[in-house]
Amino acid sequence: MDTLLAQVFTGISAGAVLLLIALGLTLTFGQMGVINMAHGEFIMAGAYTAYVVSTIVASTELSLLIALPAGFVVGGLLGVALEASVLRWMYARPLDTLLVTYGVGLVLQQLARDIFGAPAKEVPAPGWLDGSIPILGYDFPLTRLFILVLAASCVAALLAVLRFTALGRQIRATVGNRDLAETIGISTRRTDRATFFIGSGLAGVAGVALTLLGSTGPNLGTSYIVQAFLVVVVGGIGHLKGTIVAALGIGLLQAFLAHALTGSVAQVLVLLAIVAFLQLRPQGILSVRTRSLA
Amino acid sequence: MRTKFSSRLLAASSVLALGMTATACGGAKTGAAATSESCVDTSGDTIKIGFLNSLSGTMAISETTVFKSLSMAAEEINADGGVLGKKLEIVSEDGQSEPTVFAEKATKLIQDDCVAAVFGGWTSSSRKAMLPVFEGNDALLFYPVQYEGLESSHNIFYTGATTNQQIIPALDFLKQEKKIESIFLVGSDYVFPRTANKIIKQYAAAKGIEVLGEEYQPLGSTDFGTVVDKVKAAGADAVFNTLNGDSNVAFFKEYKGKGLTASAMPVLSVSIAEEEVPGVGVGNLEGQYTAWNYYQTIDSPANQKFVTDFKAANGAKAVTSDPMEAAYTSLHLWKGMVEKADSFAVEDVIDAADGVTYDAPEGTVEVDGENHHIAKTALVGQVNAEGLIDTVWSSDEPIEPDPYLKSYDWWKN
Repeated sequence: MDTLLAQVFTGISAGAVLLLIALGLTLTFGQMGVINMAHGEFIMAGAYTAYVVSTIVASTELSLLIALPAGFVVGGLLGVALEASVLRWMYARPLDTLLVTYGVGLVLQQLARDIFGAPAKEVPAPGWLDGSIPILGYDFPLTRLFILVLAASCVAALLAVLRFTALGRQIRATVGNRDLAETIGISTRRTDRATFFIGSGLAGVAGVALTLLGSTGPNLGTSYIVQAFLVVVVGGIGHLKGTIVAALGIGLLQAFLAHALTGSVAQVLVLLAIVAFLQLRPQGILSVRTRSLA
Repeated sequence: MRTKFSSRLLAASSVLALGMTATACGGAKTGAAATSESCVDTSGDTIKIGFLNSLSGTMAISETTVFKSLSMAAEEINADGGVLGKKLEIVSEDGQSEPTVFAEKATKLIQDDCVAAVFGGWTSSSRKAMLPVFEGNDALLFYPVQYEGLESSHNIFYTGATTNQQIIPALDFLKQEKKIESIFLVGSDYVFPRTANKIIKQYAAAKGIEVLGEEYQPLGSTDFGTVVDKVKAAGADAVFNTLNGDSNVAFFKEYKGKGLTASAMPVLSVSIAEEEVPGVGVGNLEGQYTAWNYYQTIDSPANQKFVTDFKAANGAKAVTSDPMEAAYTSLHLWKGMVEKADSFAVEDVIDAADGVTYDAPEGTVEVDGENHHIAKTALVGQVNAEGLIDTVWSSDEPIEPDPYLKSYDWWKN
C-alpha cells in the first residue's frame, strides 16, 4: 500500500472532522466576534442527542439520519438560549464573554454528567457504515467517508444560505457593517439570533457525527474546542473558505507529521507551526475586508 | 479593530484552554514535614476514615465507581460491627482529577479531619502527588489501581497489580498461548504506558519477540487514523494496548473501521475493564483480550456476593471491575491489619500488615509487609457478546508482588 496516499486520505478525513467542528464557530466567532467557549459543549449536546435518539428509535439504520437534524435543532436552541440570556448583554466585552461562556460550558458538562452519568455512552453506528471501501488500494472507513460527505454538505448548505437567502444577505450585511445594516431596516438583533442558531446548530451536527469516531461523554467538547478555535483563527476570522483551507491543511500536516514522527510530537509541531504562521500572518489565511469603521 | 483584537485574544484563550484540558500533570505539593502526634481520635465509638476520589473532572468516569465500592465495603463492615468495635465514619473528598487537589485534600483529611487511613487515588500522577503528604505526616494511603510499579512507600499499600502481576503474565499468555513472534505497542503518552512499554521491550528482547512499532498519542486524543494505518502496515501478530480513557473508544472504532479483527490481529488491553466496555461498544471489542486480576464473571461465592450486593445498591445494570474490587478489598485488608495490630495507630498497623489475608472476590489475597503490595492471581480475559469479560487464561496461583522486578534477570532499569 502506498503510504503517501494513505496519509493523504487520513489527513483529509482528519481535516473533514476539523472542518465540521469549526464550521459553526466560523459563524458565531468569525462572523459575530463572540468567543463562545461553550461551543464544545454544544458539540457534546449534539452527541448526546444522537445517543437519546438511538435509545428511542429502534432501528440503528435510521437513528443516525434522524439524529442529524435533531442535533442541529438541539444545538441551535441551546445557542439561542445562551445568546438571549447572557451574550446579548456583553457583545462589547469579549473577555467577559470568554469567562462567562467557559462557565456555561462547565455547567453544561456537569448537567450531562448528572443526566447521563459519568461513564461514556455508546451510540451504535448504523450497519451501512460498517467496514470500509477500497479507494486506490486504501481501505477508507465508511464512517470517515460519511463525515467527509457530511462536512462537504454542511459547507455547501451554509454557502447557499449565505448567498441565496434573505437571511444570508442580512447576515452578510450585518457582518459587513452593523450600523449601516440597521439604517436600511435590518433587525440586527434578529439576525444575530439567527446566526447564533445556525452556528450552534452546526456544532450539534458535528457532535452527532463525532459519535461515529469517538466516545460520547461529558468531556467530549473540551477535547475539540481548542482545535476548533485554531482552525478558525488560522483560516482567517470570518472567512468560510479560509476555514476550509485551514482545516484540510492542519489535518494533512498532522497526519504526515504523525506518520513521520509520533502523535505527541506531531501535535506539538502543528501548534508551533500555527504560532509561527500567525506571527507572519496574524489575520489568517484569508481576511475579511470590511467597510465598518470600527 | 474587532478582527485584529480577536486573533490576539484567541491565541491567549487557546493557550488557556489547552492548559485546562491538560489535567493529567501537575506539580506535587510537598506535605508538611513530619508533624507532631497524630490527631486521630480513638476515644469515641466511631473511627474516621477518608475516601479521596475524583468525583468531578476527566477521571470522575472511573473513580466514581471506586467510591461506590468503597462505600459498600464500609457499610458492610459497619453492619458487621465495625472495626475493633468502632463504626466507620466516612469523610469523603473530591480529588477533581487534579493531582495538586489530591495533595491538598489528603493534607486536609490527615490534619483537619484526623482520619485513621485514606482510600483512593487513581492516576499515577495523583499518587505521586499524595506520596510526600502521606510520608511527611506519617499517615496511611490505600491505592486501588494497577500501575507501573517501581515504587514502594512505607505509608502506601498498593492493592492493585504491579507490573509482574499484570503486564508480564499478559506477555507470557501472548508468547505461550498465542505463540506470537511480533508485537505492536500503542499507548497514551504518560508515565504508565511508557514504563509498561519499557518492560515489554526488554521482555520481548529476552524472549525473541520482535517489536514492530511503538506509538504514543496524547492523553485524550481521539484521532487514531495515522496510528491504525501504521499498525495495519506493520502487520504484527498482536497489539499491546496501554491507551487510557476516551482514546480507547476512538482507537477501537478506527481499528474495526479499517477492517482489523480480533482473530487476525488481537489487541490485548490493560486499561479496559467491564465499566469501559459499553462506552467503547461491545461490537468494537468483542473477542479482544484484557489483562486484569478480577472479572465480574469470576465464579466464586465471595464474588457472587460482591456482584449481587453491588447491583442491589447501584442498579441491575451496574457492573463490577478490577479497580473497584481492589478498592473494596483494600478496606477489608485495612480492617484485618487494624484487628491484627489491635490498634489504629499508623505504625502499629504497618507493623501488623505482613501476612494479613482476605478472601476477596478475586480470590484470596495476602499482604506483603516488605513492599506493601499484595499477592494476586493474574487473569487474561476475552470480551464476550454481553460486554462482560470471560477468563481465558490464569496464572493459577497468586503471584508474589515484585514492584522493582528484582526476580527477572532480563530487567534493567
